[in-house]
Order: sequence, then structure tokens, then C-alpha cells
Amino acid sequence: MTSARDDILANIRRSLGVTGAEAPRRSNVATRLENAPRGLIPARGQIDPTARVALFREQAERAQASVMEVARRADVPGEVARFLRDRNLPATIRIGADSRLAGMQWGETALEVSAGRSNGGDPNAVSHAFGGVAESGTLAMLSGPDNPTTLNFLPDNHIVVVAASDIAGDYETVWTRLREQVGKGTMPRTVNLITGPSRSADIEQTLLLGAHGPRTLHIIIVGESV
Amino acid sequence: MSVHATSPQFKENAHEALHDAALQKALNNMRTGFIERRALAAAELPEFEALRDSARDIKKHTLQHLDLYLEAYEKKVTESGGHVHFCRTPAEANAAVLAICKARGARTVTKGKSMISEEMGLNDALSRAAINPVETDLGEYIIQLRGEIPSHIIAPAVHLNKEQVEADFRRVHTHLPKDRVLTEPTQLLTEARGVLRERFLAADVGITGANFLIAETGTSIIVTNEGNGDLTQTLPKVHIVLASLEKLVPTLEDVSQLLRVLARSATGQDMSVYTTLSTGPRRPDDVDGPEEYHVVLLDNGRSAMLGGEFEDMLRCIRCGACMNHCPVYHAVGGHAYGWVYPGPMGAVLTPSLIGVDKAGHLPNASTFCGRCESVCPVRIPLPKMMRHWREREFARHLTPAAFRSGLRLWAFFAKCPALYRFATRIGMAALALFGKRSGRFKSLPLAGGWTDFRDMPAPQGPTFQARWTKEKRAR
Ligand code: SF4
Repeated sequence: MTSARDDILANIRRSLGVTGAEAPRRSNVATRLENAPRGLIPARGQIDPTARVALFREQAERAQASVMEVARRADVPGEVARFLRDRNLPATIRIGADSRLAGMQWGETALEVSAGRSNGGDPNAVSHAFGGVAESGTLAMLSGPDNPTTLNFLPDNHIVVVAASDIAGDYETVWTRLREQVGKGTMPRTVNLITGPSRSADIEQTLLLGAHGPRTLHIIIVGESV
Repeated sequence: MSVHATSPQFKENAHEALHDAALQKALNNMRTGFIERRALAAAELPEFEALRDSARDIKKHTLQHLDLYLEAYEKKVTESGGHVHFCRTPAEANAAVLAICKARGARTVTKGKSMISEEMGLNDALSRAAINPVETDLGEYIIQLRGEIPSHIIAPAVHLNKEQVEADFRRVHTHLPKDRVLTEPTQLLTEARGVLRERFLAADVGITGANFLIAETGTSIIVTNEGNGDLTQTLPKVHIVLASLEKLVPTLEDVSQLLRVLARSATGQDMSVYTTLSTGPRRPDDVDGPEEYHVVLLDNGRSAMLGGEFEDMLRCIRCGACMNHCPVYHAVGGHAYGWVYPGPMGAVLTPSLIGVDKAGHLPNASTFCGRCESVCPVRIPLPKMMRHWREREFARHLTPAAFRSGLRLWAFFAKCPALYRFATRIGMAALALFGKRSGRFKSLPLAGGWTDFRDMPAPQGPTFQARWTKEKRAR
């Protein structure tokens, strides 16, 4: 008996009228995988860095995220504290091991900070994004001990810090940067592209925020865009 | 829940649906919203039409090289520590899932939304093995409580009203206070969020679908708005991805093209809230994520569709736009189609997957208005393919006699253009005369199936062909 795998591949080849050994087909595939050609990139995001950050902000807000821009990294703890205070949320945050966050002067705020993955009991989490995509107001988050994936989904309120210089116009630019960091053909366990807070329209097409993931998404953009 | 197909009874199903007041009320909610939102999103992106071409071409290219991309994909998944399970049939796929669950001694399984799971009848298979499947997408959760199948591929509970959901929650969530208020959608959502949160944290295995598989990196992608798929796949020790062969795309760049048309076509969002790319299990330094990562890859007749007249259907990215824009779907809802995939895409796909003998009526569930094709992000010629099925069905003598003689009559006239024009001119003139007063027919002899539920517009007098000739002459 042949394996299901061999059967399926044989079936595909029979249907396509090929053997799988044809050199031109093989080189088509190899070249495409190697070169990963960019397709059509919308003009919308192809703008100068300042306009790009403005577009990112506008798009993220359209997706019901709130956005604040701060000038320096050192301003982040104060902004996190303000956000939670203004919304009457508990003054506690959960963070991962990301040195950009762990090294901040949280002690200058009244926030209680704990570290590690979430097990579901944390009201608020702060993560650092790998980058942003201006064309849709999307954040790109990488899994790992620095920013555990559970922090993106379990807490009620998710605060994400992103450097203005990491905001790209389009997804493709993010992939290029990612390949430079982790190597072509490999990926972190999880990449989360996040556009606004969780929502559902499954009951009578009424759009409601806070389905299973965070009810609020607050984005803090750090620094000038160059 | 079962995948027992009621497609053979499409006519009876449709008849019941048209008489179902609750269903008709629910369908009213969707008749305009989806259409307006998609139109707006498309209009806001000048490149949208060109991106549809790009999306179509990527899918075409991948299907033409599917064997090679599958091999490349499998290699990458294995390199990243995951496993690919090729399955010819739903039975093999169920067996693969059960084997993984049993190896872990799993008792509860949380599930993200997956149409392949519906195709497999996986929940039945799990329940029979004493494993409790919990659907976590809000819509899927609701229909699971009701023992139904989805009536829409992206909005599974679109056929229900909030009063029905309230009744189901009161029936099932008996641990909650009886006097709680559940009249507003937001109260229903909050209750489901609370109930399901416990399930997420307790589950042994998480099962999700996949919108795309990437050959370059061995990655699976889910696209959701709720975040349920992410909790499903992140918290348990095992993540199983259910996917079918045609989900493959070559690279991250290719998937980016497809993502730009997917959400816009589906819900009118630029991007869905969560697009999640998963590659292999937990890494050595990870503090969360599954320890095992499996992809159950189902064929179920798809490899046989390649190279034939239904190959184009394999481009489908399950956005739901074709049903959102379909007057037949709007009238009868998704359940009338009798199997997993409703609407125009279901009318084409279902006969390929379960056989034209069982689903032969579905390709007739069309007015051939062409709206489905005009909105399909990967430009699948849905009406043409429904016509293919009709022709095949006709050739196989599966159509009822009355239908066949009607078609033969039409064919006879159509083959003699002069006679056709003459006959239609007489017919149209007669109809115009009868329908003159209101411009619509409330009933027509021999067409009660049509006029019971909608008025037949009365023709304006001359036939299209006659007007065309006249106006061409006038120019
Ligand atoms: S056939 Fe086209 S429009 Fe219909 S669900 Fe598939 S991709 Fe969307």
C-alpha cells in the first residue's frame, strides 16, 4: 500500500499531466522561493517617514486602537501609567524580558510590574513590537521570551510600544527586515500581525469590541521617525 | 453535529427557508451590510482591482506547481520541528487527529474556526472517542450549542437572532444566575467570553484551521477578528492545524498580496484584527506556545480537480463575498445548501467534493446575475462553473424530466435564432400586456416557486434583442 502522501502527490501530478521531474517547473518553484518577488505594493504607504507615522496612527485609530506618540523611550512608563489611570484600570502591568522594556524606569511610576508569560490573571500587559505597517495600522509582534505571545491575547488591555523608525509602509518591508534578523526561510514560532483590539460581529452583525482577546489596544509610538 | 449532506433536498430546504420567519429576519441583517462595507474598502484602495489580478495569478501559479510547493512546504515544517500528516479522505484526517489527541491523553479540545473540520465531521469523530470538542469562535460556539452546521463560511451564526442565542445560553449555561439580563449582544458576548476563557485555559489540544500555508517557511496562517484562534493554539500543549491542499502559497510576499484582498472582500476591513503566522512548536527559550505542532493536510478530492474544468475553484480563499452578494443566498440562507459550503462557492465546490449525484441541485441555485464573479477576489468564474455542472448533470441524465424538456425546448429555439426571436417577442409582448398595471407580477402560471416569494418584474414590451437592433440602428 502506498502512503497517503505519495498517493496525493501522484494524483496531483496525474491531474496536472506532469512527473514532478520537469526542470522548468522545478526551477520556477526554486526561483520563486529564493527570490520571493514583491507583488503590487499600494502607493498609500510609500511616503516619507513622518507621513508614514501619521498614516500608521490614522489607520490604527480607524481600527479602534488608541495611539499616543512620545518623544523618548524614557517617556513610556509615564504614558503607560497615564493611560491606565485615565481609564480607571488597575495600576499593574505584565511585561516580557525585552530589554527595551525591562530597562525602563518603572520605579518612577506607581505601577506594579511583573514579568513573564500570562496565565490569564493579568489585567494589563505591555509588549514591544518588532515593527508596524502604515498602510493598515498593523503591529508586527514576534514570539519569544522578550514578548511572550500570551501577553498579546490574555490581558484585557494590551499596550504596545513601537519605535517610529520601525514603522514601514507595507508588510513586505517588515518581511525583509525579519529575514535579515532571523535568516531567510526561517521564522519565529509566531508572528502576530495585530490591527486594533479584538472584536466580533457574530451576533446579528453588531460589531462589539473585546471578544476573546484584549478589549483595548493602546499603541505608544516612540521617537522621531528617522 | 454531522456532515450528513441534505444537499439532495435543496428544493425542499429552500422552500422551508423561505417560510422561516426567524431566518428571514436574520438574513435581513446581512443583505446590505457586507455589500456596503466591501464596496467602501475596495473603493478606498486604488490598487484593489489590480491586487485581485495579482491574487488570482499567485493562486494559479501555485496550483500549477502544487506538487513541488507541497514538497517544499513539508520540508520546512519538518525542519522547524513540526509534522505534516497527508490525508486522502476525511476519515484519514479524523484518524490522524484522534491519534495525536490520544497520544496526549487529551480529554478536551478547543477549536478555532475551520471549514475543513466541518468537512471532516471532526466534532462527531472526537465526541465518539470521548474527547470533548469546544468551538471557540463566537458564531461557531453558538451553532455548536444548537447542533447545527455553519450557515456562512465567515459568519457561521448569521442565520440567528439574538433572542435565539439568549435562549441557547440560558439552556446551556445553567451555572449562571437565572435572573441575569441577556438581551443585548454585548451581554451575550461577555457571557461567552467568560465561559470560553475557562475552556481555553483547560484544553489539552488546540485545533485551528488555516487560511494559508507558506512553502518558503513552512508557516500556517490564521486570520481572525476575535483572537479565539490564537488562544486556541497558544495555550494547550499541542496545536493541530487543519488545512486542505490548496491553501498553499509560495512566499511571505505572495501571502501579503492575498491578505490585501481577503479582509476587504470578507468584512470590508483593511486587515482583520489578528493575522497569525505559526511555524513549528515552542522554541527552546520560549515561555509559552505549544510543545507539538501538527498539520493535518486534507485532499478529499481536490487533487482530482486540478487540470480540469473545476481547477479554478481551488483558488478560493474563503472570503464569503460570493454569498454576501448572492440573491439566492440572501433569500434562502446557508443551510438550504445542505452541506458545509453554501452560496455560489458551495454550489461549485460541493458537487466536486461529495458528488454531483448528491449535490446536483446546487448549481441550479443561481440566477446567473454574475455578482459573485464580479466580487470574487481571486476572480473565480463561478457562474461559468455552475453552468459546467448543469451541463454535466444534463449529460448524465440526472435532471428531472420536466426540466430536461424545458431546456430542450429552449435549445430548439436557441438553435434557430429567427424562430427564437419570434417566439420571445410574442411571449414578452403577452407578459407586458398582463403585467402592465403594476409593472410586476404577483403570480404567474407555472412559476409559483418564483412568484410566491418575490414579484416577477413585468417586461417592458420589446425583447432585449429587438431593442438592441433598434437602438443600434438609431445610432
Ligand atoms: S469563491 Fe471567491 S468570493 Fe467566494 S468565498 Fe471563494 S474567494 Fe471568496
